[in-house]
Amino acid sequence: MAIDFLYPQYEVVRNYDRCIACRACERQCANEVHFYDPEFEKMMVDESKCVNCHRCVSLCPTRALKIVKTDHTFKANANWTGKAISEVYRQAGSGGVLLSSMGNPEPYPIYWDKILINASQVTNPSIDPLREPMETRTFLGKKPGKIERDANGNLIPNMSPQLKLNVPVMFSAMSYGSISYNAHASLARAAVELGTYYNTGEGGLHQDFYQYGPHTIVQVASGRFGVHKDYLEAGAAIEIKMGQGAKPGIGGHLPGHKVGPDISKTRMIPEGTDAISPAPHHDIYSIEDLRQLVFSLKEATEYKKPVMVKIAAVHNVAAIASGVARSGADVICIDGYRGGTGAAPTRIRDNVGIPIELALAAVDQRLRDEGIRDQVSVVVGGSIRNSADLLKAIALGADACYIATSALLALGCHLCRSCQTGKCNWGIATQRPELVKRLNPDIGSQRLVNLVTAWDHELKEMMGGMGINSIEALRGNRLMLRGIGLTDRELNILGIKHAGE
Amino acid sequence: MKRIYVNEKWCLGCHLCEYYCAFANSGKSSMVKALKDHKIAPRIRIEERDNISFAVNCRHCTDPLCVKGCISGALSIVDGAVHIDSDLCVGCYTCILSCPYGALSTSNEGAVQKCELCAKNAFGQPMCVQGCPNKAIVYEER
Amino acid sequence: MNYVIIGNGTAAVGTIEGIRTVDPDGAITVISDEIYPVYGRPLISYLLLGKTTEDKMLHYRPTDFYEKNGVKTLFGRTATKIDPSAKTVLLEGGETVPYDKLCICTGSRPFVPPMEGLDTVPNKTSFMTLDDAKRLDAMLGDQNDKRVLIIGAGLIGLKCAEGIHQRVKHLTVIDLAPRILPNVLTETPAAIIQRHLESKGVQFILGDSVARFDGNTATLQSGGTVDFDILVVAVGVRPNTELAAGAGCEVNRGIHIDEHSATTVPDIFAAGDCTVSHDIAAGTDRILAILPNAYMQGETAGKTMAGGSACFDKAIPMNASGFLGLHMITAGSYDGEQYLEHDGENYKLLVTRDNHLVGFILIGDVDRAGIYTALIREQTPLNTIDFDLIREKPQLMAFSRAERAKQLGGAH
Repeated sequence: MAIDFLYPQYEVVRNYDRCIACRACERQCANEVHFYDPEFEKMMVDESKCVNCHRCVSLCPTRALKIVKTDHTFKANANWTGKAISEVYRQAGSGGVLLSSMGNPEPYPIYWDKILINASQVTNPSIDPLREPMETRTFLGKKPGKIERDANGNLIPNMSPQLKLNVPVMFSAMSYGSISYNAHASLARAAVELGTYYNTGEGGLHQDFYQYGPHTIVQVASGRFGVHKDYLEAGAAIEIKMGQGAKPGIGGHLPGHKVGPDISKTRMIPEGTDAISPAPHHDIYSIEDLRQLVFSLKEATEYKKPVMVKIAAVHNVAAIASGVARSGADVICIDGYRGGTGAAPTRIRDNVGIPIELALAAVDQRLRDEGIRDQVSVVVGGSIRNSADLLKAIALGADACYIATSALLALGCHLCRSCQTGKCNWGIATQRPELVKRLNPDIGSQRLVNLVTAWDHELKEMMGGMGINSIEALRGNRLMLRGIGLTDRELNILGIKHAGE
Repeated sequence: MKRIYVNEKWCLGCHLCEYYCAFANSGKSSMVKALKDHKIAPRIRIEERDNISFAVNCRHCTDPLCVKGCISGALSIVDGAVHIDSDLCVGCYTCILSCPYGALSTSNEGAVQKCELCAKNAFGQPMCVQGCPNKAIVYEER
Repeated sequence: MNYVIIGNGTAAVGTIEGIRTVDPDGAITVISDEIYPVYGRPLISYLLLGKTTEDKMLHYRPTDFYEKNGVKTLFGRTATKIDPSAKTVLLEGGETVPYDKLCICTGSRPFVPPMEGLDTVPNKTSFMTLDDAKRLDAMLGDQNDKRVLIIGAGLIGLKCAEGIHQRVKHLTVIDLAPRILPNVLTETPAAIIQRHLESKGVQFILGDSVARFDGNTATLQSGGTVDFDILVVAVGVRPNTELAAGAGCEVNRGIHIDEHSATTVPDIFAAGDCTVSHDIAAGTDRILAILPNAYMQGETAGKTMAGGSACFDKAIPMNASGFLGLHMITAGSYDGEQYLEHDGENYKLLVTRDNHLVGFILIGDVDRAGIYTALIREQTPLNTIDFDLIREKPQLMAFSRAERAKQLGGAH
């Protein structure tokens, strides 16, 4: 047997004084970490299989379990960390590309945490959201540049199609395939109840979910999976996916073993085949090409639906966004480098792209400078973790935010970052029926509604503190933000002053 | 009347309902005290096979064959729920013969045992429902 | 409305409870020659065994049962005649009780075959009523020094044996049939239970009978003799049909009733061990002297008498019994294709006929047997379930998902 250079990352600590050997841990672990030894009459573990997803910990009725990071260690080395060494071992063993999932976990700066929010004192009154009107409803889409009237002085309706959001939060694109049927059902039902939208991702729209169409954004990506006339017409808006924050510049790959009958039908591809989304759209090599697709989609849907274009936050994002705005898109969506994924090459996820905070500030400024900010709405995503991140994003210039990792956390995801194995114990990133059923959309949708409702309350409270009573008044209001511990260069890009200024 | 209903679509076969049941009816203050090193004899049981699983316990029939056939009068309907007076039960198992759901079972104490909706124990509300992580068992009016 | 019930067993309780689901007010009178409030008759063996007490036995229904249901009780009184034209019941002593609707729940009585010298036996009893049990209890005393001979290895005889086996010096059960429980079990399972009882000290003499009694000695047909101190006659029972016959009801071994428990005479109903039932498992009419059946018939009679609609057309023979720790559950008929599993004291026989389960015998592991019973009672076509799973064990998994959703997700 070859030497296994890798030592298990985690240890399963079982308190045998509490364990009643109910075997819930064993039954709930798709990785087969736990097993009952009838000879010892005891639960045992194989911790090498543990991904630290906490399913067993959460379901243990006597709280007899915890998972800890192993303290088994390599000789301390600030350069050759244990992680760096282990990755070399893994690749030396497999010869393959390292795969990861969910967002970039590396210790890069988190600008949200270096921005502070203003509040009113004395001269400008704060607003109590419990007593006074406070509007967090917002609309996405091109806004008219001027008011037009006919000969009789009546208004000429020249409003482009808009998306009405009761809260400035939408669920971002996650395909049916990367996540489960029940995860999609949870998102769709929550979007309906919240008066917002969820996004199909590039996996098409399962026929069961056409009923949620008015709260669905249908995506058209480079693989064009599941795109047909009914699909385009079913959604409230259409999103062209040009890039994804977790893996800018590369495409996607849903392995054939996940393409079962339902997914095959939804994606319109044969069962068991790999679903490969190419890195580029092979019909888009310029802004002009993009414009063609935007207008093809508008034409197909009789100009009744906003068309959104999603791009990854990369170095020259501001210039790209300017081009997208001029392509005729109604909404630009920017996905930061912390954005999640069902699977991405580790090196790409952890080294490509830029923080969403900087990208957003740069894009908003560029569009203003060019006088085209009203032609598009800006939606950002890529690790909006809480309502403060949300508020800061809007104050930096966003019209609304996309959340996905937060939404999955609400559904039970524990960020074990093992989506690519397809054995998600929480029933989210899996297609195995016995795992999918672990996510009951009755529970899931309620938890999503709870989360977003809570954020909305907090948003209103913070806005009231600033003396602001609408998203309109908050958007791009960078005077409400101050940086802390940031360099002049960073403050300059963010377009905010330092705390104390 | 509120009853326990089972939705097998959401049953994970985790068996936690059985353990919560056994604990609830143990009279002990913690699950560890109640169940550590014990073989449980719950009043709700999971049937499972090939990734299908579901819980079965007393349906609290409005027309209960077990009550009608009980030779000792131990089984009776109280406020719509079927209860058992284990003091009267002689363990003849006529109820086990009668119940179409197989919801009554033998117990170590001799008398037959069955789900009494946790009405007689310290919890007052069905603990299997509380303990179900996926709403596969619910306690509601239908 | 004026309801009269003759008899005070389980069928009478069923009748009372049936009436009250439809008619909360009508007058109900119960006439019984026993002095006790209702008790479950099968409990008498458990009384001797010490698993219940007389007080608990009399709690078959709560003490305020008659009062709460507005029932007038005439206990210790014997009905002697029914006049269906005058609609009256004549009591011993000359009193008459008028009725609008009458239910005959007279049950059965022990059958004592003519046996030479029986009158020379000083200590003897049958085993049917609480008084029988008390009599036997008194005869046994508390010295564990009596030799008991039980005639009849049917359910009554064997339950009696179970009830007293620890209180006797010697216990013999004799039956003319070649096996025990001849009406309930086939040979192999009968042998399992016989061996179990023998291991607990009960002696059996089978395929033989008493030719002659001479005081405390029984001389057998085969020539041997058995000495005993107490004789229990548990040969069988006969339905009490005389009152019904006198009233003009059709009687054919038992009282003939339809699926609404009505006799052939208007306004006269009958329920319980005194009636003949239609056994849907065997497809024949027979006396099914079992407690659940008595309740169902009584309840059906009660509801019908009170003007409600009720129908009981699912009678099958069935029995649940334990013998000193070994349990047995049986139901239906054993005529058909047989599926057998046998391992030590665990025995399982399923019998199917024409795409239906018609009978079963379980010994040892009787867990969830009611699922089998329901298949017989509901006459579920076996091609609508997974019979392989049902053969393995009683389980709802054998039903379709839709059927299960109905069973576990609907109100019952």
